[in-house]
Amino acid sequence: MLTLQYIPHHEFSHLVLEDKLLIEGRLDPIEESELIKRTMSEINKNFSGIEIASIDYDLKKQELWDHIRKGIANLLLKRRSGLTIVGPASIVREIKKDPNKIELLTMEKKKKR
Amino acid sequence: MGLGSLFGRFFTGLFGKKKNLRLGIYGPPNAGKSSLANRISKDWLGEEISKVSHIPHETREVIVKEKITVKSKGKELTFNLVDTPGIATKIDYEDFIKFKMNAKEAKERAKEATKGVIDAIKWLDNMDCVLVVLDATINPYSQVNITIIGNLAARNIPVLIVANKIDLKKSDVKRIEAAFPQYPTIGISADKGTNLEAFYDELFKLVKQ
Repeated sequence: MLTLQYIPHHEFSHLVLEDKLLIEGRLDPIEESELIKRTMSEINKNFSGIEIASIDYDLKKQELWDHIRKGIANLLLKRRSGLTIVGPASIVREIKKDPNKIELLTMEKKKKR
Repeated sequence: MGLGSLFGRFFTGLFGKKKNLRLGIYGPPNAGKSSLANRISKDWLGEEISKVSHIPHETREVIVKEKITVKSKGKELTFNLVDTPGIATKIDYEDFIKFKMNAKEAKERAKEATKGVIDAIKWLDNMDCVLVVLDATINPYSQVNITIIGNLAARNIPVLIVANKIDLKKSDVKRIEAAFPQYPTIGISADKGTNLEAFYDELFKLVKQ
């Protein structure tokens, strides 16, 4: 079963990354790189980093440059449309995006015998 | 990035060029950043600067080669070349064990690699222009690529996208061009030395921005 923990954007800087998170209000590129820096410094035996994907509600044509342009516009205008999904790499194997959907591929738990 | 950095960049552009132009090489792991750094350094200084390997995160610290002078069609360009570790969102030491490393070596490499990613991001503020090296055989639609290019765009740093490994059958430069239509893209093979003349032409255009 897939569960996502929702957090508003203003709580993102204090988040403890233990589960799959849905951040309301997408992170801008600078915040994304700050999150990568922060999580890199926390990598250990049990935590190998994160998977992350940001999308905009109003971008039908989801080209990479559109994402970047929108992210910068959000940064400059302090606007927060869209959302970011982030999860520990131990749980989230891959996040795939296409124009209409996000696929969150999670690790299968080993069945207990 | 603060407003100070933006203003600094603006006034530098207004009142003259900095003495030492810093040309950064950025990208995800195993795209061929160090191969390109070696190619440039070998072409113009006669020596390599970085170790390369098929194992990810071979470059785990920022390497600077100062005063490389490139000459092309009567023009001359001098810069400090900065080869950076590959930027990734996850680093698992067990991935290195697949490359026949023992657990201790793998853990040490993972630890160094995490520090390398942090350093690469920190160095973004010090760059004047950047070559973003992408593996042309891999789909460019990744969040890491978006984050790297987004950071450079937010800092207003001129970018040339280098689609590397065009000698390989699966390479697709057009796919990279389509993903980042705002930036010039040049296909090369750093390993084989393919299309380097066109690359150096694009480098001159990049620095003039």
